[in-house]
Amino acid sequence: MNTDPTRLSAAELAHAIASKELSSVEVVQAHLDRIAAVDADVHAFLHVDGAGALDAARAVDERRASGEDLHVLAGVPIAVKDVMATKGLPTTCGSKILEGWIPPYDATLVSRLKAAGMPILGKTNMDEFAMGSSTEHSAYGPTHNPWDLTRIPGGSGGGSSAVVAAYEAPLAIGTDTGGSIRQPASVTGTVGVKPTYGGVSRYGLVALASSLDQAGPCTRTVLDAALLHSVIGGHDPMDSTSINAPVPSVVEAARRADVKGLKVGVIKELGGEGYQAGVRARFDESVTLLQEAGAEVVEVSCPSFDYALAAYYLILPSEASSNLAKFDAMRYGLRVLPEGIEDPSAEQVMAATRDAGFGDEVKRRIILGTYALSSGYYDAYYGQAQKVRRLIANDFSTAFEQVDVLVSPTAPTTAFKLGDKLDDPMSMYLQDVATIPANLAGVPGMSLPSGLADEDGLPTGIQILAPATQDERLYNVGAALEKMLVDRWGGPLLAKAPQLTAKGA
Amino acid sequence: MSSATSVAEEIVDYDEALERYDPVMGLEVHVELNTATKMFCGCATGFGADPNSQVCPVCLGLPGALPVVNEKAVESAIRIGLALNCEIAEWCRFARKNYFYPDMPKNFQTSQYDEPIAFEGHLDVELGDGTTYRVEIERAHMEEDTGKSLHIGGATGRIHGADHSLVDYNRAGIPLIEIVTKPLTGAGKRAPEVAKAYVGALRELLRALGVSDVKMEQGSLRCDANVSLRPRATGDQSQDDVPLGTRTETKNVNSLRSVERAVRYEITRHAAILDRGDKITQETRHWHEDTGVTTSGREKSDAEDYRYFPEPDLVPVAPTRETVEMLRGTLPEAPGERRRRLQNDWGYSDLEMRDVMNAGAVALIEETVAAGATPAGARKWWTGELARRANVEGRSVEEFGVTPAHIAELDRLVRDGRLNDSMARQVLEGVIAGEGAPTEVADARGLELVQDDGALEAAVDKVIEANAEVAQKVRDGKVQAAGALIGQVMKEMKGQADAGKARELILAKLS
Ligand SMILES: [Zn+2]
Repeated sequence: MNTDPTRLSAAELAHAIASKELSSVEVVQAHLDRIAAVDADVHAFLHVDGAGALDAARAVDERRASGEDLHVLAGVPIAVKDVMATKGLPTTCGSKILEGWIPPYDATLVSRLKAAGMPILGKTNMDEFAMGSSTEHSAYGPTHNPWDLTRIPGGSGGGSSAVVAAYEAPLAIGTDTGGSIRQPASVTGTVGVKPTYGGVSRYGLVALASSLDQAGPCTRTVLDAALLHSVIGGHDPMDSTSINAPVPSVVEAARRADVKGLKVGVIKELGGEGYQAGVRARFDESVTLLQEAGAEVVEVSCPSFDYALAAYYLILPSEASSNLAKFDAMRYGLRVLPEGIEDPSAEQVMAATRDAGFGDEVKRRIILGTYALSSGYYDAYYGQAQKVRRLIANDFSTAFEQVDVLVSPTAPTTAFKLGDKLDDPMSMYLQDVATIPANLAGVPGMSLPSGLADEDGLPTGIQILAPATQDERLYNVGAALEKMLVDRWGGPLLAKAPQLTAKGA
Repeated sequence: MSSATSVAEEIVDYDEALERYDPVMGLEVHVELNTATKMFCGCATGFGADPNSQVCPVCLGLPGALPVVNEKAVESAIRIGLALNCEIAEWCRFARKNYFYPDMPKNFQTSQYDEPIAFEGHLDVELGDGTTYRVEIERAHMEEDTGKSLHIGGATGRIHGADHSLVDYNRAGIPLIEIVTKPLTGAGKRAPEVAKAYVGALRELLRALGVSDVKMEQGSLRCDANVSLRPRATGDQSQDDVPLGTRTETKNVNSLRSVERAVRYEITRHAAILDRGDKITQETRHWHEDTGVTTSGREKSDAEDYRYFPEPDLVPVAPTRETVEMLRGTLPEAPGERRRRLQNDWGYSDLEMRDVMNAGAVALIEETVAAGATPAGARKWWTGELARRANVEGRSVEEFGVTPAHIAELDRLVRDGRLNDSMARQVLEGVIAGEGAPTEVADARGLELVQDDGALEAAVDKVIEANAEVAQKVRDGKVQAAGALIGQVMKEMKGQADAGKARELILAKLS
């Protein structure tokens, strides 16, 4: 077994800790050392809680020593996207407006991690309020892609994917509103899963777009994602939109990894124009592998998907404009007094704070959403977008009558250079063209590495989609494909990533 | 232009106004439900707790927190809807009403917009002249209350001129039901009375349902009155064909009497403006209980845009028909039926019953009788002394801190012969002054009829001796002349005697 704990998968770590080959404290310390060594370059963490993680690790080790029956992932550390409320730990959502805010409560998901005995290493970087596909919209500076530090790690959850790609954490929590787990997974050569909407509690997830947001696992293997999914999933009475049903048997599915006789649909509308050649080539190879493993592959048309991006950029800003209204300097976070106004009114303080505290992308979407919800425009924008949303859901229903899962490339390109698309929001938005339909329909999706693009040597991803509540299909198909690809590569894709060297070492 | 300073505006005589104009009203009543917990979280709802002691991440709108609907509040909403003869939606959603205000934690209010839980109902209200007016209900919907701002340092307690403001979020998230009438037409001169009678009837109904404390002075029942005038129809034109005028919305109307006065005032104010040929400004008006006038609040244009959209954090409310019917089974009897039953049980005349209704005292008397009072005794106090005082002071009878149990106790003290009528009045004064329950007040003030027959007999003898002429008249059969003697005896006893007993003694001695 590899002697460096940071190179082990979460499943391997769990086994090593359970069999007392490694203590949780050793595992946590190894990751803290790794963070200290590489995060100055990667900048995936906004806040590292070394003391808290070690305390939690020590507690788990003690409980294990006393013979307690512990959760399978007990002692395995994790990083959490800075959009989840963590009691006593800063939660900024990548925004200046929440600088210094320490939540007095834990998100349900965070409580579940703690209950499972998983030490929290810290909070990961993200585009401000999860608006973006590159982390360049973080108010605290971008995260760098561990494959090439001059490139973006995807977004909004670039931090969570980068920490697992850079071996700074075996597991991380991401959130996915239009692809913020899957697109970063794709461009960092990692695995990311957006569960069925309602599959994981949103209580404590600082909302971007309530009807689209969903938290999920960011990992290096499909099995690790399944293990984490079963910790965080399941009904939560604090979230009305949470599904009142047991978590799908995802771990079992990941272990089964058998696609024989399954019907796989290739989405005609996703993968043509605008998709990088290397992305397309690796995708086609993956589909061929599935076919060779006994799956039946057919092409499926989802015509409404062409309108998904437009509908998404009306629904998301509409909800966001309302969700972000609470950041008004009255109760928490930043407070800025307007210049040159003596004795300002509450409204003037709100305006000055929001002006200083929100970045340009956030303001852009607030303005867009405010406009789309305005009387006289509501029907034409928000109303129409909701109709498109229903059509997209219908396309999925029709497709899933013919096939068990759908597949497409996750993102149209590999990681682009930092700064390349900052002045071109539309081209940035197009990064999520393939991932958005799943959020609009609430169906689960997974991205896993499909290889490296010939033209730039950077990771590419394949997306698997399943019907709502059938998340286990993602894990079954994903694990099967992963196994064939890893065999073909002669090891995990991440082994091909350049070594990050410790700064000053 | 919106100024908080109150300038006396021109008004015209009410009867004159009604000669030229037809008033149309719309009444919006907000009812705070008395559920144990808030609309969307588990916080307590008790009135008067320390500021910000009944709050949590949800009702403070902390980032990440999510609402969960209080099922009890939904049940109350449905019961209110059913009692108002409304249809109950088979499927409806909450909506966000977006606007910025410091006492709104999320800067949107979770409310209902185009899908209210209850709609298309009516409530029949009885007026003083014995006729019935049907108030058509447009909708009743669920929403959450806001926090409360306290402005420190200004003269008016309003935000204007204040040094700083404090916000108490205890009230934020308390379940509210907003009940909106359709435009009420055809009331004519009786419009202010209809408004008062409607709010009074609604209050009785809500109290009977047990869904709210309905205390107007504490804000658990709040009324906004929309008033507009349109010209009287001329020739063979129907009044219904005359378009509605511009309305104003008067807020802060915190007693039944104020509802009537505010509507009346607005009618006379509108009439003066229209008489001058000016236009009514569509705006919010503030009612001032003390001066009896309204002043301009913020201007309310049609362009005010709350950007409503369906609340994505909540799932739709879809009560099954079985649930609705089950809840219908829990309704108290209809107000009309109830009234007839109570009048019969209590043996009141039609006139007496109307007095009780006008005083808004049906439920109070019911509770008082249940607490042991005689129906006559209960009526006497609630519609007599208390109603008189309420009228004089412009308050509602409940505002005096006198409970049905107090009145029942007072009634018993009188019946047991411990207090006579004038002593009972003094005791009531003491109860209102917060000196305690009737027995405590009577004890503390030393009020008690003299039970010593010896003392009374001595007084009677003394009075008969001193008034030989009057005594002779009584002996001669002029029994009514005894009244003068009784008065003298009472005087002699410093009021602390039972007048009935004195009369008996006098008549016995002079027979
Ligand atoms: Zn609360």
